[in-house]
Amino acid sequence: MNGSLQLWPQQASGHAAQLDTFIMAFTVFVALLVIPVGVLVFVFAVKYRRGKTVDRQHAPNRKVWLEVSWSVVPFLAALGFYVWSTSLFFELRNPPSDTLDIFIVAKQWMWKAQHPGGQREIDELHIPVGQPVRLVMNSQDVIHSFYVPALRVKQDVVPGRVSSLWFKADKPGVYWMTCAEFCGTDHSVMGGRFYVQTADEYAAWLSSSGVDQSLAASGEVLFRKYGCSGCHAASSAVHAPDLAGLYGRAVALTSGETVIADEQYIQDSILLPQKQIAAGYEPIMPTFKNILRDDEVIQLVAYIKSLRPASWRVK
Amino acid sequence: MTVGATLETPSERASYLRAGYSLRSWLTTTDHKRIAVLYLYAITAFFFIGGIAAALIRLDLATPGGDLLSNEGYNRAFTLHGVVMVWFFLIPSIPATFGNFLIPLMIGAQDLAFPRINLASWYLYVLAGLFTLYALIAGGVDTGWTFYTPLSTLFANGYVAAALLAVIIVGFSSIFTGMNFIVTVHKLRCPGMTWSRLPLFVWSLYATAMILVLATPVLTMLLILVCIERLSGIGIFNPDLGGDPLLYQHLFWFYSHPAVYIMVLPAFGVLSELVTAAARKRIFGYWFIAYSSVAIAVIGFLVWGHHMFVAGESTYASAVFSFLSIAVAVPSGIKVYNWIATLYKGSISLDPAFLFAMGFIGLFVIGGLTGLMLAMLAVDVHVHDTYFVVAHFHYIMVGGAVTAFFGALHFWWPKITGRMYNITWGRITAALIFLGFNLTFFPQFILGYLGMPRRYHVYPPEFQVLHVLSSAGASILAVGYLLPLIYLLYSLRHGQPAGSNPWGATGLEWTVPSPPPKQNFAEMPVVTRPPYDYPIRDPMSRE
Repeated sequence: MNGSLQLWPQQASGHAAQLDTFIMAFTVFVALLVIPVGVLVFVFAVKYRRGKTVDRQHAPNRKVWLEVSWSVVPFLAALGFYVWSTSLFFELRNPPSDTLDIFIVAKQWMWKAQHPGGQREIDELHIPVGQPVRLVMNSQDVIHSFYVPALRVKQDVVPGRVSSLWFKADKPGVYWMTCAEFCGTDHSVMGGRFYVQTADEYAAWLSSSGVDQSLAASGEVLFRKYGCSGCHAASSAVHAPDLAGLYGRAVALTSGETVIADEQYIQDSILLPQKQIAAGYEPIMPTFKNILRDDEVIQLVAYIKSLRPASWRVK
Repeated sequence: MTVGATLETPSERASYLRAGYSLRSWLTTTDHKRIAVLYLYAITAFFFIGGIAAALIRLDLATPGGDLLSNEGYNRAFTLHGVVMVWFFLIPSIPATFGNFLIPLMIGAQDLAFPRINLASWYLYVLAGLFTLYALIAGGVDTGWTFYTPLSTLFANGYVAAALLAVIIVGFSSIFTGMNFIVTVHKLRCPGMTWSRLPLFVWSLYATAMILVLATPVLTMLLILVCIERLSGIGIFNPDLGGDPLLYQHLFWFYSHPAVYIMVLPAFGVLSELVTAAARKRIFGYWFIAYSSVAIAVIGFLVWGHHMFVAGESTYASAVFSFLSIAVAVPSGIKVYNWIATLYKGSISLDPAFLFAMGFIGLFVIGGLTGLMLAMLAVDVHVHDTYFVVAHFHYIMVGGAVTAFFGALHFWWPKITGRMYNITWGRITAALIFLGFNLTFFPQFILGYLGMPRRYHVYPPEFQVLHVLSSAGASILAVGYLLPLIYLLYSLRHGQPAGSNPWGATGLEWTVPSPPPKQNFAEMPVVTRPPYDYPIRDPMSRE
């Protein structure tokens, strides 16, 4: 980083390049609308300035076709841009199925990350280049917003909700990541470095970060330690929902609704078990809200996500 | 300046300004013109309080390290700037001063429909202002003007409840004013002043009043809920108690987006008066302009979700709000093109008021079209909560609404005070404000696209050049805003008497003496001609 003048942000992803193309095209469109306004105001002010002899006869007071056309034509053109930008937006909201899921916890005033292998980091994030990455984010206090300008993406992290954001970085490098939503005293220093690494560098970073077990493995330990297995195991006498293959499945609720079991659902079921009751079960599960630490919740969610029907039977 | 100019003219002796000299006669007045003057004093004071906060912010941002203020101090400065400028300057600015002064004069009435409620609205405004000053002096507030939960309810230190109370009270002041305007426009128009003859300034304030009355109560209820949660711990927005922080944002923007139109619709109304008077020409497309004000007021209620594209709003809701936000740009565009068509074949004066109007058109068009960019979903995901948004809304609110306010001030000052100010200084001021504004805020569009988040006072050093440019522009802008204080006040004692119609404009307000007598009209006016009925000129005339 240096103090020189910068006029265009770095591009670290295909999406960044697409958005830059969009914004340039849109700027041309805006210029086509602005320049005639500025030129005409100036020309008229000079040409028809008071005291100047000039033909002022037959000045129109209304022309409906003209008014309709200068309303409708720019509007239709703007709708073309609307379709373009909305399709880019839909891509941002529909992650591919093969994402690398990294858990993020935001709090005043830091970003804490946990990788699937159990590696942790604070105010830094290492990701592999060319691999779709999905951030699964929680906030412990106020609203934060995860923002990497080089990727042209941001997502608010709202307490009580699991927010997610996916991207695919194409260019290795070190970029700025930051918090975009005002979050209190040290908001403007809540940020850090975002490393996009080649597969080898990323593997080296993972192994150098020294952890003995993955998130899911840690979660499995907790699953026994906190007695979850007592009710949720297949052999249990207590009638509790089977968790095998739960992640991504449609779950019918006693309220008659059906929800997809995503990270939000699994986390809520641990922390706010009365919020959504699976159909056919008694609401007898206690809350673990003040028992589990935030990183332990993440480990448990990672473990439950990892439970395929077959793996459950073996264990 | 002649000696005679400093003497009282006959119309001044009979004017509303001489209807009583004591403080009591001002503080108990029910004359809409005097209340307008009271508002002018009060909002000017708050404009400079908010301006001092802005100056601190720009000074602090001149270096990337944030060397002037602490993190906490910076947060308090921008919160104060936002709260004061939005609720204590922009929202009351044109309606409570020029609307108050001009609506009865423009429609041929003696006063507003409810003169005492009008005075009550000023007292509520002052009371709310005192709460704001208390919160400021006691230590400040660091939530941002948006008061987002759970930051404002559970985490922020400072005098949040006092600030909330101030905004709640000033909301009632808005509601009173809005209600008064609606009833006045419906019931007190003089004979012949049909809806199709209503000056466009009155049309736009009528639409503004509708928003004031319909949107403000939502804010009032919302902020009461925030107070309850903050003071008593009852869970409304707190997720730990089953609340939802996004509920706050929905309700807040349901008010605060229409509030943007509260600021900018009156500016549109001013422009229609300024442009026709400057061009001495009938407005182009009267009904398109009148109905576009109403259309903006209606559609403006349906676009609040565009503030929440990255907050957790569903994908499809975002797509709908994006579409509606593009739609609301259409009636604004209509107005701009109609003003330009009005200039065509006009007889255009380059008096200060028109220079401000030209400045408004340029700045508003840039503000409006960058708003169209922000309505595009993929763009917003990148530039939401960055300086791009800061630049955009300052182009609308400062470049637009404040420039129109200064245009109105230079246009109606002779009517309000009876004296002419120095035209040359007025022109210099209009030019300084236009240049200073662009230098301040245009670099911020680039900063925003580079990814500079708003509400940051520590930033990467590569952004410094643009920030320094912006701060330099702000100092020019400050000079532009201070100058009128000098030459307008000077005109009060030393200006030439203005006469009843110094600009040669149409409109009933120009038929009465300057300053107007207490009762406005000696006898009930009867309107027989359409608005902006400027005489058709001889094509070879040298006016």
